[in-house]
Amino acid sequence: MGNEVLRIEHLHKEFEGNVILEDISLTVRKGEVIVVIGPSGCGKSTLLRCVNALEDIQGGKILLDDEPVDPSSKAISRMRQKIGMVFQSYDLFPHKTILQNVTLAPEKVQKRKKAEAEREALELLERVNLADRGNDYPRQLSGGQKQRVAIVRALCMHPDILLLDEITAALDPEMVHEVLEVVVSLARSGSTMLIVTHEMGFAKAVADRVIFLDEGRIVEESSAPRDFFAMPGTERARAFLKTFDYE
Amino acid sequence: MTNLGLDVLFKGSNFLRLLGGLWVAVRISLVSVAISIALGIPAGILMTSKKKGIRVIFRIYLEIVRIMPQMVLLFIVYFGTTRVFGWDLSAEASAIIVFVFWGCAEMGDLVRGALISIPKIQYESAAALGMDQMTSFRYVILPQTIRRLIPLSINLITRMIKTTSLVMMIGIVEVLKVGQQIIEANRKASPNAAFGVFAVVLLMYFLICWPVSRLAVYLEKRWA
Ligand SMILES: Nc1ncnc2c1ncn2[C@@H]1O[C@H](COP(=O)(O)OP(=O)(O)O)[C@@H](O)[C@H]1O
Ligand SMILES: [Mg+2]
Repeated sequence: MGNEVLRIEHLHKEFEGNVILEDISLTVRKGEVIVVIGPSGCGKSTLLRCVNALEDIQGGKILLDDEPVDPSSKAISRMRQKIGMVFQSYDLFPHKTILQNVTLAPEKVQKRKKAEAEREALELLERVNLADRGNDYPRQLSGGQKQRVAIVRALCMHPDILLLDEITAALDPEMVHEVLEVVVSLARSGSTMLIVTHEMGFAKAVADRVIFLDEGRIVEESSAPRDFFAMPGTERARAFLKTFDYE
Repeated sequence: MTNLGLDVLFKGSNFLRLLGGLWVAVRISLVSVAISIALGIPAGILMTSKKKGIRVIFRIYLEIVRIMPQMVLLFIVYFGTTRVFGWDLSAEASAIIVFVFWGCAEMGDLVRGALISIPKIQYESAAALGMDQMTSFRYVILPQTIRRLIPLSINLITRMIKTTSLVMMIGIVEVLKVGQQIIEANRKASPNAAFGVFAVVLLMYFLICWPVSRLAVYLEKRWA
């Protein structure tokens, strides 16, 4: 099938001899939203970090638009421009204003004109209701606002794919919704995303495909998220989903 | 009323001479700090080098600087080099060399500390935005490092100003030495001058160092 953005083939990742990811194969097509779930420590973050070449890999291949993603290659900075990533912890640049946080990479990396980058940044900030905070510093914003800025900062680079690693896990509960709403609207507007989350309601709403990862392996994969959450096919996925239910 | 011995300060140009001595002390520390910062930044970057050999060399340098009494260093540079190498160093140049030898190590250590205190996620989010190492260092890491560094290096400046009181041992007439001279000259007329003059010298050090360290506190708060 065409339109492939990301292709992972038999990815193998170790940390000091410990196997963390084993034989992971996964394809993400344009406009698809893939949600990765799984118990803590199963390798979800590591998977996303490998895709963005923040970790080296010990086997297999990662291809973005048919080009290999390789941390040791000279082209890696250029490849990373095509991958947007938002982390769990707030990672805005504390010495830059919100607007500067968003325009820094478009200006210095993509060499875009300041005025043009700022115009787009403000448009995007408007979409997440933060246009009036452009001149504030990150420390003046709440956690939820910071994560929305982090999403905008990634979007302003026009990435081919967006990686979101538990972006609401460090937030107070009342802020989770405002951030996930932004992601839902991105999904509706056709963004390609690989999302790690513990918010099952959100996962159900946004996923085109769900991947259940356990102990570094893909245990279950489903293109029918609603069916998966109602009736997972494997015992391990069932046991994992049960930990979110209260009876 | 107790005679504090302050009267000598108003005799002749005594007070002006004290201020002149203070300026000598401040000048030596300012020049030394400026050079120490210029050399300390590359030293600090090297201290975070991936090469173990480089790190070890700087570690040894820092330890030597911290163990050696500054006074001994002053004597070695000022008296020693003239004899052994035939260098004709002025006392002030010797003082600056010793202070830079010290300041560069301390400054380097501060730079190292500031660099490693930048969270890994800052490097990673810069990388994730497609910045290469140079771009990330210039726009993300270095500005944050400098913000952390300024308050710390201001503390180093005040330590240096205080330590300049040692340079009178190699014949530099700075504020403490001027004070001594004034006291000596008035030994008969105002035997109590020692208290008054040294108290004023102390106050002068304080008046110089206090605003500087307040500035450090202010910047630390502002950039926290
Ligand atoms: N830098 C690292 N060095 C060694 N082990 C690591 C490192 N990062 C993660 N791990 C290990 O890899 C496993 C997967 O971690 P991670 O991908 O963060 O899990 P998840 O995001 O699913 O909770 C864990 O066992 C973790 O301890
Ligand atoms: Mg994780």
